[in-house]
Amino acid sequence: MSQNIERSIRDLREMDTLASGDSPLHKVSAGVKLLVTVVYILVVVSFDKFNMSGLMFMLLYPALLFAVSGIPVSTCFYKLRFVLPLVCAVGIFNPILDRTPAFEIGSFVVTTGMISMITLLMKGVFCLMASFLLVASTRIEALCAVLRKIHVPSMLVTLLLLTFRYAAVLAEEANVMTQAYSLRAPGQKGIHYKAWGSFLGQLLLRSIDRADELYSSMLLRGYHGEFYYAQAGGGSIRDVLYAVFWCALFIAARCVNFTQLLGTSVMR
Amino acid sequence: MIRFENVTFAYEKGKPVLSGVSFAIGEGETVGLIGANGAGKSTVMKLLLGLAGPGAGNKGVSGTAEGKILVDGEEVSPRNLTQIRRKLGFVLQNSDNQMFMPTVWEDMLFGLLNYGMPQQEAEQRAGQVLKELGQEKLKGLYNHKISGGEKRMAAVATVLAMDPEVLLMDEPTSALDPYNRRIIINTIRKLPCTKVITSHDLDMIYDTCGRVILLSEGRIAADGPAETILRDRDLLEANRMELPLRFQ
Repeated sequence: MSQNIERSIRDLREMDTLASGDSPLHKVSAGVKLLVTVVYILVVVSFDKFNMSGLMFMLLYPALLFAVSGIPVSTCFYKLRFVLPLVCAVGIFNPILDRTPAFEIGSFVVTTGMISMITLLMKGVFCLMASFLLVASTRIEALCAVLRKIHVPSMLVTLLLLTFRYAAVLAEEANVMTQAYSLRAPGQKGIHYKAWGSFLGQLLLRSIDRADELYSSMLLRGYHGEFYYAQAGGGSIRDVLYAVFWCALFIAARCVNFTQLLGTSVMR
Repeated sequence: MIRFENVTFAYEKGKPVLSGVSFAIGEGETVGLIGANGAGKSTVMKLLLGLAGPGAGNKGVSGTAEGKILVDGEEVSPRNLTQIRRKLGFVLQNSDNQMFMPTVWEDMLFGLLNYGMPQQEAEQRAGQVLKELGQEKLKGLYNHKISGGEKRMAAVATVLAMDPEVLLMDEPTSALDPYNRRIIINTIRKLPCTKVITSHDLDMIYDTCGRVILLSEGRIAADGPAETILRDRDLLEANRMELPLRFQ
């Protein structure tokens, strides 16, 4: 169990390490990346549930960005391992509810329900990949700065930022307690259910103590309710070109089925 | 610079942690605040910083307090807490609880930018502090990847970057190996500002402080030159302390 917590702490910190990379994607301003990600998600979600071929083209964005940023795709799927099953489950009943035949592959009949299930799955995975790329290539402070710029309430933004920062504190405390527990409970897997109550209570109290010290440290260095955020940046020609290029491409892909066009021209 | 005038403080009514504490610390002095566990050292620090008592208002652990606490002639109160804290730099005992930004550099900039210093100027200031401490290597490092000794130096650097008039340090050498302990001691000795250091490491106090205030059960048991107090076996033992190792 202690190893799991240590892995979680490493995972949390790995996001910071990924976000502080130096690739061309990392250099794009947080605001522009946020805008492009939002447009991408909106366009992906807006595809018709049977337009699988059109949607396929949208894979270009995450694929290209993974290649450019040097962020490993495997890390993305590893970190999203708990969310992906939920995404997969969204359209799971479509093949049962919608059995209208669409086409046949040999003797296998592909129904519209199956197509819509796969489309939904693709939409979910693409959106998750794009969101992951945003978070993995942008510092949380920079993202929060953008959120403040677009007038998201300070309370919510600070909450987001501190949750991100304090999650590691909570995990560290849990790790220390779990190690102490396992040293006095040899051969026992996990924590006995009888100890859950006091374990959680102690974890909460210890975390509060640590969080209180951290908060004091912030107060003593001029924190006054509005977190200082990294400069949001934005506005350079490169950023504008980046935003215009991708947004135009997304909208074009929504209007024209590039995959089908490509397929047709290859067939000719 | 710092003045406690007959300060009595209790977190819970009827259980005073400090009773009638009075002392004054002048500009440029280095004072060691010593005492057994529960003597009230941390409370003195908290009161000074406005983290408890009247300075905290309704935001901290208020408690009940009597007497006056003055920093640079101004009474510590919620009204002027920002100005007071601007003058005081506090290095916490546990550096992990002090450093909350991902990198040492960002942590150093945090306070400066909060006080409205322009980015470029803040970076210049932080760079200068790291250079003065001979710790330029810390600049690009992640807080979670540095050793305990480096973390302590980083914590000192984040506070010094704010250019405080008074440096308050809580157990600055605890959990450090002898080499890093010596680095911290040498650093403290070089700093020209007023310093208040609480510690059980009496050898370190002897090395760094010219004056010592000995607290015992919330009262001042002795206040005088470190040379006199830290050599007084009877006084120290009467207050649950021991002579520094070098005098044993």
